[in-house]
Amino acid sequence: MTTPALELDVRPVGGATAVIDIRGDVTATSEQPLSAAYDEATNTHGAQSLILNFTGLDYMNSSGIGMLVTLLVRANRQRQKLAAFGLTDHYRQIFELTRLDEAITIYDDESSALSSASATS
Amino acid sequence: MSTQEQQPVQPVAIEEIELAVKEQTVAVPKTKVPRDAAYWAPKVDRLVVDADKAAMGFNVAGRRVTGPQQGFGKLWQRTYSAALRPTVSPEQLISEWKDHFASFWPKGNRFGGTLIAPGEVAPIAVNTGGGLKLSTGVLVLYADPESFTFMTPEGHMFAGWITFSGYVENETTIAQIQILLRTSDPLFEMSWPVMKLMEDRFWRQTMRNVAAHFGVTRADITGKTVCVDTKRQWKNWRNVWHNSGIRSVLHLLTAPVRLVRRAR
Repeated sequence: MTTPALELDVRPVGGATAVIDIRGDVTATSEQPLSAAYDEATNTHGAQSLILNFTGLDYMNSSGIGMLVTLLVRANRQRQKLAAFGLTDHYRQIFELTRLDEAITIYDDESSALSSASATS
Repeated sequence: MSTQEQQPVQPVAIEEIELAVKEQTVAVPKTKVPRDAAYWAPKVDRLVVDADKAAMGFNVAGRRVTGPQQGFGKLWQRTYSAALRPTVSPEQLISEWKDHFASFWPKGNRFGGTLIAPGEVAPIAVNTGGGLKLSTGVLVLYADPESFTFMTPEGHMFAGWITFSGYVENETTIAQIQILLRTSDPLFEMSWPVMKLMEDRFWRQTMRNVAAHFGVTRADITGKTVCVDTKRQWKNWRNVWHNSGIRSVLHLLTAPVRLVRRAR
């Protein structure tokens, strides 16, 4: 049995906020799992703030960045907030290079992201 | 008593360190290098064009790069693909595509890059018809053995990413171009109905040229366009300041002035 390239867990953390834990590779094949995680956070848990946890991110290519843009568009359409934490310096630089950091707020850790989410909700 | 204790100033030989690591008697700090580290362009704030391409890159030097979030118009995903011979691997396809990128472009257009490698900046001149060449460029954002991606600068017709890739499907290698774009500003958005047809012709011809390079003479090019976001981003209307169409016309009109200045 092969290990899936991407594993996602959705954690409701109260206050209409959900954390999506990302482990593994974010590539073109991530579209379906990312979409399913978004649906679970939104439809099952009623999240108005989505926080992406990149602590377990192993690999991301340019198609993976495209998947995040699609996720961002869906969140914007539903007037949801999208934030992220757990990015290494390398992935933080990629967010800055692609200017995705201008649309997805990046926090150093989960507690900072949660504090901000609860303050704005 | 060890040798080190008797002579504390003596540096430890590299062989001793290697042996200690091998025997796991010392801890080695885990500095994990991401698998994709070599594939991404280094972070740049403003694009720099090589001196030998400066004349062609007048609409690129000093510009910032733009992703779909910095664009103006609706967000589109356009995908073009062509089946190649099964004997061509995705790695071979991408290697050849990188090496001959400029020659695959339709005639009348110019790609000024010399190398498809992360961080490279390539000025481009696109034929818009009527004799006018629209000058802009691209940054090689990402390049691995099976794909490479361009990101556009401010002023380009589109804000977004263009990914060229190869993959295997049903034992056949597929060449693919996928573009995630918004038009950059209101003027380009107004021209979109015409531009999308020109774009369509451009990328289909490029795919045909790539396929022909690999011996597929009558390639069946499939194209798909999906509107990802119907909303226009009015907050970015000021992008018109960098509009490469307007600036290319102004550059053309002021050419005599530059000639006179150079002659003095």
